[in-house]
Amino acid sequence: MTTASRPFVPRATGRPMTRPEGPQKVRGTAPYTVETPGTDALYLSPVQAGVARGRVTAIDTSAAEALDGVVAVLTHEDAPRLAREADADHGVLQSATIHQHGQYLAAVLATSSETAREAASLVTVDVVEEPHAAVLDEDSPEVYAPAALVVGATDDTRGDPETALADAEVVLRATYRTPMEHHQAMEPHATVARWEGERLVVHEATQAVSWTRQALAAAFGLEESSIEVISQHVGGGFGSKGGTHPNTVLTALAARVVPGRSVRYALTRQQTFDLVGYRPATVQHVALGADRDGRLTAITHDVVTQGSRIGEFVEPAAAFSRGMYAAEARRTTHRVVPLDIGAPTFMRAPGEAPGSFAGESAMDELAIELGIDPVELRVRNEPEVDPETGLPFSSRNLVACLRRGAERFGWAERDPAPRARLVDGWWHGTGVAAASFPVVRFPGSEATIRAVGGRDGDGDGPVGYAVEIAAAEIGQGARAALTAIAADALDVPVERIDLRIGDTAFGAAGPAGGSAGTTSWGATIVEAAERFRDKYGDDPDDGDEADASTPDNPWASDYAMHAYGAHFVEVAVHADTGEIRVPRMLGVFAAGRIVNPLTARSQFLGGMTWGLSAALHEESVLDDRFGHVVNRDLAGYHVATNADVGAVEVEWLDENDPYVNPMGTKGIGEIGIVGVAAAIANAAHHATGVRVRSLPITLDAFL
Amino acid sequence: MHADLSLTVDGHHHTLTVDTRTTVLDALREHLAVTSPKKGCDHGQCGACTVLLDGRRTLSCLSLAVAHDGAEVTTADGLAPEGELHPVAQAFLDHDAFQCGYCTPGQICSAVGMLDEAAAGHPSVVTDDLAGPVTLDRAEIAERLSGNLCRCGAYAHIVDAVAEVGSEVAR
Repeated sequence: MTTASRPFVPRATGRPMTRPEGPQKVRGTAPYTVETPGTDALYLSPVQAGVARGRVTAIDTSAAEALDGVVAVLTHEDAPRLAREADADHGVLQSATIHQHGQYLAAVLATSSETAREAASLVTVDVVEEPHAAVLDEDSPEVYAPAALVVGATDDTRGDPETALADAEVVLRATYRTPMEHHQAMEPHATVARWEGERLVVHEATQAVSWTRQALAAAFGLEESSIEVISQHVGGGFGSKGGTHPNTVLTALAARVVPGRSVRYALTRQQTFDLVGYRPATVQHVALGADRDGRLTAITHDVVTQGSRIGEFVEPAAAFSRGMYAAEARRTTHRVVPLDIGAPTFMRAPGEAPGSFAGESAMDELAIELGIDPVELRVRNEPEVDPETGLPFSSRNLVACLRRGAERFGWAERDPAPRARLVDGWWHGTGVAAASFPVVRFPGSEATIRAVGGRDGDGDGPVGYAVEIAAAEIGQGARAALTAIAADALDVPVERIDLRIGDTAFGAAGPAGGSAGTTSWGATIVEAAERFRDKYGDDPDDGDEADASTPDNPWASDYAMHAYGAHFVEVAVHADTGEIRVPRMLGVFAAGRIVNPLTARSQFLGGMTWGLSAALHEESVLDDRFGHVVNRDLAGYHVATNADVGAVEVEWLDENDPYVNPMGTKGIGEIGIVGVAAAIANAAHHATGVRVRSLPITLDAFL
Repeated sequence: MHADLSLTVDGHHHTLTVDTRTTVLDALREHLAVTSPKKGCDHGQCGACTVLLDGRRTLSCLSLAVAHDGAEVTTADGLAPEGELHPVAQAFLDHDAFQCGYCTPGQICSAVGMLDEAAAGHPSVVTDDLAGPVTLDRAEIAERLSGNLCRCGAYAHIVDAVAEVGSEVAR
């Protein structure tokens, strides 16, 4: 592997830059997937299963086919065959078996959206229902230990935690619950697919064009080189547009029967609750043992989560407790209850978001038990090395975040007594919680840098650089950030960078996920720039070109790398109605070098708003009889609105970390949500004396 | 069943034939290729499809096209001539009052319509003096824009952006 020999000198990096695509976005002219100009796209509307488990015994499409404007109706009886590699989730219309409510059973192609929808409603399906289980029961006999988490082991035990708990001077044991949650990006998942012979062109709302290409290649038994996936603007993803879901396979499958024509399918809002993933519910048992001075001697965090028989994703909630605090003895475990429901998936801060609700609520409960200030309790348990790996930290400024946050929030004046501040009919309280999120780098991105103009080129201007990488812009600000990084790596002004992203024509690339986009893509661009300058210097000829793939981090096995944060919130709970409001939130973060302060603030704010939303609003309710989400729209599934959000303050500390990557950046897309729900629950306890251990925190808890 | 109608969209006159079930939103997006208003829920729950319909902010997904024959529609793309930005749009850009941008055209149309409502003295649920002029403080702005969801969570910046324009309007 190679490493950059030139130091990365931040010039554009670190300065506020408005989004290059911003002027288009505020006019609404930045084209999202189904807005891609193209003629004669057919509209797809699906027929979905109304039971959680069973078999299709008969399907009648005649009435649908008779409708004017209907071009084709596909069912499992006549749909083109997919490769055997297509798994249960991706094996769309391949068999009569029903694995989950909402599963696609047929698809109509029509010349208008109205006709497609009407025709889908005319398809009649006979099914035989089979017994199913749809609701999480942690005592289910089917509970199992998964082979591994996405990152890390299923279980991890150090020392003898049960003995340490038995010997501890103070023990806190509590069970916390978090609900099934849905991502609900504003742009519903969408695909436009067209076959040109054996070549498949797909416009897709995705966080990773490479991953979409890979999944479609597997489903259709094609070489990846036969598939192009394009995604220029994505209306939010939050994890649900990371993996490829049945809707994408269905659209490409349906397009197969109309060669040369585009087929478009944007999910309805209701359908986004069926087939495109969710954060699974968790039950989390936490025990903390400590001495009278508040030094932790034991931590146990045992998690049971909702799972699916058709696709495993384990919410790694206990992993949060592996690195936060020092304790001689520690146990973290994960168990899954398989259900007849759709597959869960990554959702913003998977693991950390629900795990921190349990872990950081427990720390607050322990602080109260001990009579120690909750900020001080956390400071006393600051580890010297990473408790999980034993490695030194590349940088860890959690204590600095806590101290700075406490100072800015006015924490020193806080009276710890609960239920002691009633103002105009509202009980007021404040709470704190800590946050962490790992620094992740996905391998396998490819970047190409090409001189445009310059010597022997057209025009008289200075050389420009086309920088190509199949990165995704999902709103996080990749275009601005990568433009700045490329400019600094090439030592030119940003105006001379022409960044091109969102197309597999530019090679493979890691996802916009894991808060790893800037690290993975940025490190790759820096590497390509290094090679370009080694080869051509700073006065290249038109067309000079260099490429690189993501370098390994030479420090990866020497240091533990994480971002940290501290949340301070004020809560008000109405004394009569129990209504809970959050008038003030402060988040202080230590997350390496901030590339673009303007958009970074939005990422932190957005994460904190997600934390508020999870704390107070979000809960998908499953109907055990049919296995569907009952509140499957934005009137039933509440996300935070403008009026739910009070004053939000964001601050970050200067942090110079030479080990994470050449730019010195850590991920910032997810840490904003981590710990917020705990901070709000802790503040609600301070306000009312009522400890809420189950999300969302609703008014009935206080009545 | 189909019907003929005319719409003026961002200053351009169109005549079109639509299915009588076609909403204003689908008439714009699927018949006229005007995709500035977005489809977020198709049920009037998210606000992404907000346009100014005959000058008032309207959820175009809840309006049937045939009921608006002859109407004047302004989308976020029609608020300013090409190459320029409406002050609200400029403030959204400057304050980074969006991330993914999908709700943004609806937010901006909603804000423009809301500023007119406030200037005309329409009270909201958080207005204390129902008869007097409206002061657009943060609570008023947040309340009046709560029909427009932003899943990226840009609300704090949206309020900053609208407050800046609102205070200039008030001057």
